[in-house]
Amino acid sequence: MKIGVFICHCGSNIGGTVDAAKVAEAARAFPDVVFTSDTMYACSEPGQDGIIQAIKDHQLDGVVVSSCTPRMHEPTFRRTVERAGLNRFMFEMANIREHVSWIGKDKEANTNKAVELTGIAVEKLRQDQPLFAKQFDINKRVMIIGGGVAGIQAALDCADGDREVVLVERESTIGGKMAKLDKTFPTVDCSSCILGPKMVDVAQHPKIQLYAMSEVEEIGGYVGNFEVKIKRKAPYVNWELCTGCGLCMEKCPSKKSKDRFNEQVGTTTAINIPFPQAIPKKAVIDPEFCIKLTKGKCGICAKVCPTKAIVFDQQEEIVSESVGAIVAATGYDLFDISKYGEYGGGRLPDVITGMQYERLLSASGPTGGHVKRPSDGKEPKTIVFVQCVGSRDKSVDRPYCSGFCCMYTAKQAILTKDHIPDSTSYVFYMDIRAPGKMYDEFTRRAMEEYGTQYVRGRVSMIYPKGDKLLVRGADTLMGTQVEVEADLVVLAAGAEAAVGAPHLAEKLRISYDKYGFFMESHPKLRPVETNTAGVYLAGACQGPKDIPASVAQGSAAAAKVLALFAKDKLENDPMISSVDIKRCVGCGKCVQVCPFGAIKEVDFRGEPKAEVIETVCQGCGLCTATCPQGAIQLSHFTDNQILAEVNALCQL
Amino acid sequence: MEVVDIHASCDHEFIAQVEAESEQKVRLCYQCGNCTAGCPYTFAYDIPVSQVMRLLQAGQKERLLSCKSIWLCATCESCTTRCPNEIDVARIMDVLRHMARREGYVSERNVKVFWDTFLDSVEKHGRVFEMGLLATYVAKTGRFWTDMDLGPKILPKGKLSFKPHEIQGKDKVAEIFKRFRETQQ
Repeated sequence: MKIGVFICHCGSNIGGTVDAAKVAEAARAFPDVVFTSDTMYACSEPGQDGIIQAIKDHQLDGVVVSSCTPRMHEPTFRRTVERAGLNRFMFEMANIREHVSWIGKDKEANTNKAVELTGIAVEKLRQDQPLFAKQFDINKRVMIIGGGVAGIQAALDCADGDREVVLVERESTIGGKMAKLDKTFPTVDCSSCILGPKMVDVAQHPKIQLYAMSEVEEIGGYVGNFEVKIKRKAPYVNWELCTGCGLCMEKCPSKKSKDRFNEQVGTTTAINIPFPQAIPKKAVIDPEFCIKLTKGKCGICAKVCPTKAIVFDQQEEIVSESVGAIVAATGYDLFDISKYGEYGGGRLPDVITGMQYERLLSASGPTGGHVKRPSDGKEPKTIVFVQCVGSRDKSVDRPYCSGFCCMYTAKQAILTKDHIPDSTSYVFYMDIRAPGKMYDEFTRRAMEEYGTQYVRGRVSMIYPKGDKLLVRGADTLMGTQVEVEADLVVLAAGAEAAVGAPHLAEKLRISYDKYGFFMESHPKLRPVETNTAGVYLAGACQGPKDIPASVAQGSAAAAKVLALFAKDKLENDPMISSVDIKRCVGCGKCVQVCPFGAIKEVDFRGEPKAEVIETVCQGCGLCTATCPQGAIQLSHFTDNQILAEVNALCQL
Repeated sequence: MEVVDIHASCDHEFIAQVEAESEQKVRLCYQCGNCTAGCPYTFAYDIPVSQVMRLLQAGQKERLLSCKSIWLCATCESCTTRCPNEIDVARIMDVLRHMARREGYVSERNVKVFWDTFLDSVEKHGRVFEMGLLATYVAKTGRFWTDMDLGPKILPKGKLSFKPHEIQGKDKVAEIFKRFRETQQ
């Protein structure tokens, strides 16, 4: 075997603390190495051309590049060696930047370590075999999980790209958080007026299959060929028959049901259609409050329903869908304001969340768009908004900025002035974060044109005083403690990961951060991809986002899906496991540990043996580490290769 | 320091009056602090000028009119020049000083005495009579020894005259004072 070794300076990144020329010289002594050189930027065009030239001049069979992390440039160099006519898996990379030059300043020690890492890579390469990818078919249907504005956008874009879309929504209607909003910033246009038509498009699009009131139960398979089990919860109404006429709601005697759509500002009937523009516009019975389902009596809805759609004994069902790609667009939830005991959220009726206030402002809300405070229905004249409730606060484990609260608070202050012209609004803030287009101008307008009183400081406590709420805080610009007697307090609750997000992430086999937000593949350059091929992200499930950003990411995810579907065949990564059938004892441990369901048990002449499904295996190596016989080996990470690397390290 | 009830204690009439007299809009201030950053008198102020603006937004009349800063402001207009929102801050300081004078708040008596003596001198002589101003100011404030050392340096240069300068149109200057007093009634 003839091996060429290339040591990269990476400008001064490596060259500053590693003597690259010396490493190249030392590498000449390694077995099978016939050519070495040091180069300023191995990844640059002349750098790559140098590698290709050396392969041709010296008839090299394999190449080692000692440079940065393989996450950065392994694909680059694999393409380089392929261009020179080698198999692209006859390439190894030693990371002498992140693992050496960036972490120590001792040039001599760094140079020695770089030599050792290069030596290890050479030993590994000596046992590499050319590998060839397998091609497999791709199912060009996409599943989108979550029917908020991000999911709606992704669904419509994919469907307009002529792909079949399966849209799964947990609630009984799509629309998500945006459907609950009264107006949107910074244009103050009606939220449901701009979202409504998109929701109707989803309902009417021939390419979109909508599963409302459904959740993803199980996901198997791999990019191009996912098998998904969807649990359709029971609405106790036959949706095929329900026309959404609303007669059942009028007659339902159980009027104290939780009104989840209206953020529990009021109560609703046990049988319910959440809002007039709901898609699908179908009734749902809340089994917790339905008199028939809890006590066995009543059944009035069934009597009045003109299409006889009520089914009290309806059961949930599981349906299966095959798709080639998945977009997670599960959105966010709001911080639980009762965690700030000193603010009285959940205890004092007139301390409410921003989302609850949206419902009070909304014409389709429980108060018909008249702002009435929950305790006594009076119109508030002095309203205090408190920002950063559950944002930028390490003490409640929410150190991040939720990003949109500054803006929605400014919007609500403006709307308050429109609704109640003789009112005064106070906004307690720490900083105003308004970096979007026309955003800062909008917050300034709240102050300059609408007379909103912005007070820079936090609120320490809120307590009742007569029929008012005393808000005690600080005005750090005035340098003093301040208080306001308020009629209503609106807390700008921050965003947090949706309930159950980590659970879904595990089903999708994608990673999530410590707060439950899904992790993108690269924070800058791969913002909609995940580390699992074929799974993409859209909207606030990846981190707090406002509507324009969510819509943009929805479209971006759709573009990625459509690009994936533009191919007729996909190639697997050939660095996967294979079973030496002679050594396999059929213990089945590998089948148990495989997180991808890529190993099945087969019968071989009457004996159980493990077999790897080549297109499913992701090459994680868990099976290799588990197999007591060493029968299952991961190509390019075989036991022999790892031992050779250790040997090289011990002998150097 | 007492707790400020920002709703109840906000004097909207006061804000409106300052805005009318100064022709400035106090809401425009976003508290960047550039006025304080450039102010050469912050070392002597009890309230930095940016905080004066904040107190004004919060309608804190009593604290503002009784503060020393509005009297110490030299109207150099650094604040006005540098304000990103183009607020004439120096003019607001001036308006506040006038309001304080009208409403009987004088936190820096010497400054007021100087202004009064200066203006009296102008009214009487058509322009300022330095020696007369000096004598009256020193007599009213009892600051006999202040600037005493400057006398021997200035006198030989003819910068201090023992007689008021005679100018033309003295009566016209006095007329201005008279008209002003009439508008104040």
